[in-house]
Amino acid sequence: MIIIKSEREIELMRESGRLTAMVLDMLQEEIKPGMTTGKLDELAEAFIRDHHAVPSFLNYAPKGDPDVTPYPATLCVSINEEVVHGVPSPKRVIREGDIVSVDCGVYKGGYHGDSARTYVLGTIEEKVQQLVDVTQECLELGIAQAIEGNRLHDISAAVEEHARSFGFSVIENMVGHGIGSELHEDPAVPNYGRRHTGVKLREGMALAIEPMIALGRSRKAVSKRGGWVAVTEDGKPSAHFEHTVIVRPGKAEVLTRSLLEHGAPSGRS
Amino acid sequence: MAKEEAIEIEGVIVDALPNAQFKVKLENGLEVLAHVSGKIRMHYIRILPGDKVKVQISPYDISKGRITYRYK
Repeated sequence: MIIIKSEREIELMRESGRLTAMVLDMLQEEIKPGMTTGKLDELAEAFIRDHHAVPSFLNYAPKGDPDVTPYPATLCVSINEEVVHGVPSPKRVIREGDIVSVDCGVYKGGYHGDSARTYVLGTIEEKVQQLVDVTQECLELGIAQAIEGNRLHDISAAVEEHARSFGFSVIENMVGHGIGSELHEDPAVPNYGRRHTGVKLREGMALAIEPMIALGRSRKAVSKRGGWVAVTEDGKPSAHFEHTVIVRPGKAEVLTRSLLEHGAPSGRS
Repeated sequence: MAKEEAIEIEGVIVDALPNAQFKVKLENGLEVLAHVSGKIRMHYIRILPGDKVKVQISPYDISKGRITYRYK
């Protein structure tokens, strides 16, 4: 069941979304080679709690899978071949030349905001930089389809077509989702699909659109039983960008836009 | 945070229904209605309640699946 949000609810979601963007803006300034992913997590959690909010991911347990332990951290920090759900650790050091996908969720006023960016550290191979750029473009193309009257898989198709046109592969077993008072709501927002199919989009639907695109041929992100981190099957790097958006007529409203003046062009730091 | 959705998952047949459809209990605890792939039909592979099978599930509709393999 897809929940249409009222303007009052959307107003609350704007605040959660804005805070989520602020966390990612803050991390963009802080992230440096030599730092541990655990340190990033500490910074994010302190920042969120200072703003009288709660990390959405901490202790989050997806329904329907008794094997998985509740998520133990504030952020998902996924480096290179890690697609999503990398659990931060004080032992994991970020190095020059890594691409680091940071996913963050903030719960405030009864609603969640959810957003992710892939940060690029130092100089990286041209091909990998292209992957990061294209993934971000995929997200924007997806958001452009999130308008009233379109269908859900218009978003999916826009993401898939752009990624495939560069020869990148789309991770199919991880999907975007509806969002609101629950972190994961209906519908599932896959990053692949056919145009003109799926449910009709209506004003007030809140979606987390999140392309996860990989360099190799991997169409799946695999994790060990009971573990969180999901990696590409062939060990090739993958990138991940995400925004929380509200479906509107004409143009979607993005709740988690960066507040930095120059925006976040590929999250270069 | 991305939501994980199984594309291929193992399960056990709970019930055989008409039209070569089956009720399958997946290893994640969910129950889905699954039909049998053409390749399994072509080779007259019989599926009975209690068999362990591999099921493909579409993220579009997670209540339905397609049985692609029956384990020996």
